[in-house]
Amino acid sequence: MADAHSNPGADETHGTVRFVLDGRIVAVKGVPATTTVLDYLREDLGRTGTKEGCAEGDCGACTVLLGELNADDKIEYRAVNSCIRFLPTIDGQELVTVEGLQAADGTLHPVQQAMVDEHASQCGFCTPGFVMSLFALYLNVEKPEREQVVDALAGSLCRCTGYRPIIDAGCRMSSYPVPQRWSRADAHDRARVEKLKKLRRTEALVTTDFIAPRTTDEFAAIRQARPDALVLAGGTDIGLWVTKQLRQLPTLLYVGAVRELRSVRRTNEAIEIGAAVTLTEAWQAITAVYPQLADLAHRFASPPVCNSGTLCGNVANGSPVGDSMPALIALGAHVDLRLGAQRRHLPLEDFYLGYQKKDLQPGEFVASVSVPLPRAGQFIASYKVSKRFDQDIAAVCAAFAIEFEGEIVRTARIAFGGMAAIASRAKHAEAALTGQRWTLQALERAAQELSKDFQPLSDMRASSDYRLQAAKNTLLRCFQDRDGKLTSLSQLHAPVTA
Amino acid sequence: MSARTNRAAAPYVAPAGQALRHESAHLHVSGRALYCDDIPLPANALHAAFGISSLAHGSIRNIDLAATLAAPGVVTIALPGDIPGENNYGSVIHDDPIFAETLVQYAGQPLFAVAATSHGAARRAAALARIEYDELTPVLDIRTALAAQSYVMPSQHIVRGEPGRRLAKAPRRLKGTVTIGGQDHFYLEGQIAIAVPQEDGAMLIDSSTQHPTEVQHIVAHALGKRAHDIVVKCRRMGGGFGGKESQPALIAAAAAVLAHKTQRPVKLRLDRDDDMLITGKRHDFLADYDVGFDEHGRILALNLMLASRCGYSADLSGPVNDRALCHIDNAYFIEHVDCVSHRCKTNTVSNTAFRGFGGPQGMMVIEHIVEDIARTLGFDPLEVRRRNFYGTHDRNVTHYGQVIEDNVIHAIVDKLEDTSAYTARRIEISRWNAANPLIKRGLALTPVKFGISFNATLYNQAGALVNVYTDGTILLNHGGTEMGQGLYTKVAQVVATEFGLPMSAIRVTATDTGKIPNTSATAASSGSDLNGKAAQAAARCIRERLVEWAAGTDGVEADEIRFENGMVHIGKRHQSFGEFVRLAHAARISLSSTGFYRTPKIHWDRTAFEGRPFFYFAYGAAVSEVAIDTLTGETRLLRVDILHDVGTSLNPAIDKGQIEGGFLQGVGWLTCEELWWNERGELKTHAPSTYKIPTARDWPLAASIQLLDHPNPEDTIFRSKAVGEPPLMLAMSVFHAIRDAVAACGSRNCLPDLPAPATPEAVLRAIDSVRSESTA
Repeated sequence: MADAHSNPGADETHGTVRFVLDGRIVAVKGVPATTTVLDYLREDLGRTGTKEGCAEGDCGACTVLLGELNADDKIEYRAVNSCIRFLPTIDGQELVTVEGLQAADGTLHPVQQAMVDEHASQCGFCTPGFVMSLFALYLNVEKPEREQVVDALAGSLCRCTGYRPIIDAGCRMSSYPVPQRWSRADAHDRARVEKLKKLRRTEALVTTDFIAPRTTDEFAAIRQARPDALVLAGGTDIGLWVTKQLRQLPTLLYVGAVRELRSVRRTNEAIEIGAAVTLTEAWQAITAVYPQLADLAHRFASPPVCNSGTLCGNVANGSPVGDSMPALIALGAHVDLRLGAQRRHLPLEDFYLGYQKKDLQPGEFVASVSVPLPRAGQFIASYKVSKRFDQDIAAVCAAFAIEFEGEIVRTARIAFGGMAAIASRAKHAEAALTGQRWTLQALERAAQELSKDFQPLSDMRASSDYRLQAAKNTLLRCFQDRDGKLTSLSQLHAPVTA
Repeated sequence: MSARTNRAAAPYVAPAGQALRHESAHLHVSGRALYCDDIPLPANALHAAFGISSLAHGSIRNIDLAATLAAPGVVTIALPGDIPGENNYGSVIHDDPIFAETLVQYAGQPLFAVAATSHGAARRAAALARIEYDELTPVLDIRTALAAQSYVMPSQHIVRGEPGRRLAKAPRRLKGTVTIGGQDHFYLEGQIAIAVPQEDGAMLIDSSTQHPTEVQHIVAHALGKRAHDIVVKCRRMGGGFGGKESQPALIAAAAAVLAHKTQRPVKLRLDRDDDMLITGKRHDFLADYDVGFDEHGRILALNLMLASRCGYSADLSGPVNDRALCHIDNAYFIEHVDCVSHRCKTNTVSNTAFRGFGGPQGMMVIEHIVEDIARTLGFDPLEVRRRNFYGTHDRNVTHYGQVIEDNVIHAIVDKLEDTSAYTARRIEISRWNAANPLIKRGLALTPVKFGISFNATLYNQAGALVNVYTDGTILLNHGGTEMGQGLYTKVAQVVATEFGLPMSAIRVTATDTGKIPNTSATAASSGSDLNGKAAQAAARCIRERLVEWAAGTDGVEADEIRFENGMVHIGKRHQSFGEFVRLAHAARISLSSTGFYRTPKIHWDRTAFEGRPFFYFAYGAAVSEVAIDTLTGETRLLRVDILHDVGTSLNPAIDKGQIEGGFLQGVGWLTCEELWWNERGELKTHAPSTYKIPTARDWPLAASIQLLDHPNPEDTIFRSKAVGEPPLMLAMSVFHAIRDAVAACGSRNCLPDLPAPATPEAVLRAIDSVRSESTA
């Protein structure tokens, strides 16, 4: 089947999605833009090694690697969920699936051999996804620590093993002899780079239902001319509109191929995160200046989700339980909107008008988010409360940015997600704290004010009562945190025999 | 060949007992293991999807399928009228319609199925159906069902001794309620079946099933055919855990009805959300107890009301609740007991088998009671547990009349208490809790005693087929199914050992009703006990023929013939196994045999609820330490120490995998996995985005998993013990460690009101309640 789509003539590249698979260029024409990479692999190419476990990016059975040339012509490899990734978005990239790892003579790759040796597969259905998540780590980290292995596996579910042998395989894989195929050197081999360079486009990829412009101006112009088109970034939400809601989507206008929108710019006042910057890159940039948000960044979402999804997508989507917004609002972030050539710079909290309602004109789009740089003496904290540590949506997500004069609170910006139809500031609590001495009593009083700020919903994640109480308790935690007391379960170590 | 001489030089080690890799490991890691969905389909194959009810209870006024039929790619639709035979997939009581006729009994119930040219087309078309209902009041929870006496089958009442009088006389008495949640199986591979019409009215089914024979029967009944018309195959499942015991029959039957109607192959693969909405889960339970005990914490009498939510139909709820009843003792002797078990009918999905099969819920109840007694009296719960353990020579008869002959719980707990430094850590944790207001820690040791065998005696049998080919290779087939538990590996180890061959000589093929008929479900942890023995019998039958023949030709005694390391030693003569069997074939010796096994010693009187239902018991214990965040109720498992009894292990690597995996699955059940229905009876946690099973981070930083070195006193396959289900219950230690940490927030004798699962919300509420009690 693959051959039917392969080896196009040079003049056939227009409207044709091209990517590299097993060293060969695959050219695809005429499939709907909403075809997922997973379905294309399984249904069209008959490559059934990659599995569908949930079709929503939450189990990791479908994990594949994408290799993409960066600005320095180096290939960056990242694990992504193929079940919610639309095929045209991998144009110009190298796709690596579990079938491609073995050497020509069938010798297993170190990642695979380590999984076998550690007895890390039982039913085996999740295994290809785990292999690919570990393979991404193998390529990117020379000798990963246990914690890095666990982080890399945060988006993969296994129901059989209890994970211990998989973690051990991840810790052990780098001690195997260097493989013929897919060593770190092979992954960055010149021939691979050259092949990807050949797939580079200078002009937009346009198919019947997909447009991927190359420059911001071009993107803005098309967006203005086609307000009916749907802006697509990582697709970690829109993917589910197709796989779960079975929606027919309009023409997709893809931001991911606009090089300018993929950059993080740092000015004297702020860091500007472009519309196509992935969550992985965005959180790296943010936690570099706000290390206090490392815990939030850590449990924001799994690596495959963060490798596809974008911060601007999370913001533009504006879900009431989007976990980036409380922190961004507390920090005083702005959104940079663009309509054709016109620009608007709006405080993020003003961008949200109500449930699923945003201050966004037809044809306008979120071009970037600017996060102000920290000010001296600021107390910054963010807390996410969820049933599970990794890859879960918060019941409550809280963020604090507090400035002091001595021990008196000068300004307090406190924002919550999960508490209302939109992520928003707790104005009553902020007022109760402002001008007060920083004491436990003051924080308790401010916590009581939260009942005026929010009347949260009860749903499958938590009851209204719990949300309110957990939210109140985040203020008490702030007090302990600023005091430097131990407040987080993730700081605990394994108890040894006394 | 040099390899052969090397092998011959090395001392022979029989494959049985070795920590060998899973027979499919190399295929799993390279994506080359084929699951149902990976089987290439004929070009004319169709894809199916269910149309399901959005209402929990009501009668169908009208189904309008015009838009569905007109949707792109749709070929046909199957409604109840399209079922040529019986519209039922319930195996025990015939109360599970494949498609609801007029009465809708849960939100998610299949009403019809669509066949279309693609999976997506079928799903989109199914969603276009317009259904009008006359709504009826749904019964959604156990208490409501109890009040209405809404049951799927009659209640079971058992009494031993004189519980009423002993309770009245007991120096101490305590009443309480135990709440235990359900659990979704969340096998990574969802339910799937492919039905392919064969010549002369026959049908071939590829099904992801733990019970091919039941699928065969249900499909035959649905199509109005006979058993020999249907062949069901399953090479492997992507996880089962009990969820593919009775449920696959629904999927296969619907696919078969469509295949029959269209005379084209039909694949029905459930999307994850559909899978979680349509198929049954672990039963949630409620227990009201009244226990009498003495000042040392020894239980004198117990009065128990046990109720489970079965959902709208019986399914396997009868045997599940019977097993719960058989496990309300766990490892404890309860001399005087009165227990009633209600099987509640509700307008929710019909709950089904799930690893432990009611046992875990029964055991959770008694562990809760024992903890409550200890806290009331101010003892360390471990002391009270010990005081109530079954004796080895006295106090050793269960409430259903089985004498426990193999009790090793004392030795396990003593050793584990020592190796886990239980006492020292108990002191350390008390110190920590006194010094830390926000983060509290807790510790608990819980035992496991789990009965091995199907309660119903008839299921305790198995068959196998061994074919030896003239090049010395062996093809093995048996009635058990492979769902990841390593059954195919273990049984291959048995056969390889019987013939003195390396594992590479054995190939295991897909479970197939055409090869081994009338099989039991691969369930109740029985897979290797039953199929290992059956395959051994088949292998021995062939081996005895070979020995008899060789003894005759060579004029040696039978005991002078040995099979070792790929060679056959006949007196002083040696020959490769391949050459040996080639000559045997030439001498017209049969190289193929079936084998059969039935579990000895067991008997069960279901009516009297008495007998010896279990061939033996599997034992284990775990010590868990947790920390809880008292501001959010979030918890973290810090360390676990496990000592588990697998008899003489057939494969220590596989057994360790079962223990670790079962343990963490149990941790999920009791902590983060919450099934949540809204007030209309719609399940809102039907995908991994909302239903949270443990991830890699939830495996504790420190873990010690040890196997007890203790051959099974009963004559099981190489003296091993079953290991599929028992380790799940080791997770009770985590729940009770959390409860222990919550108790540290209250006064000395507080009894935290903590339901399972101990979600952050449940933990925070329990903390609040013990705190308000202690300040009241």
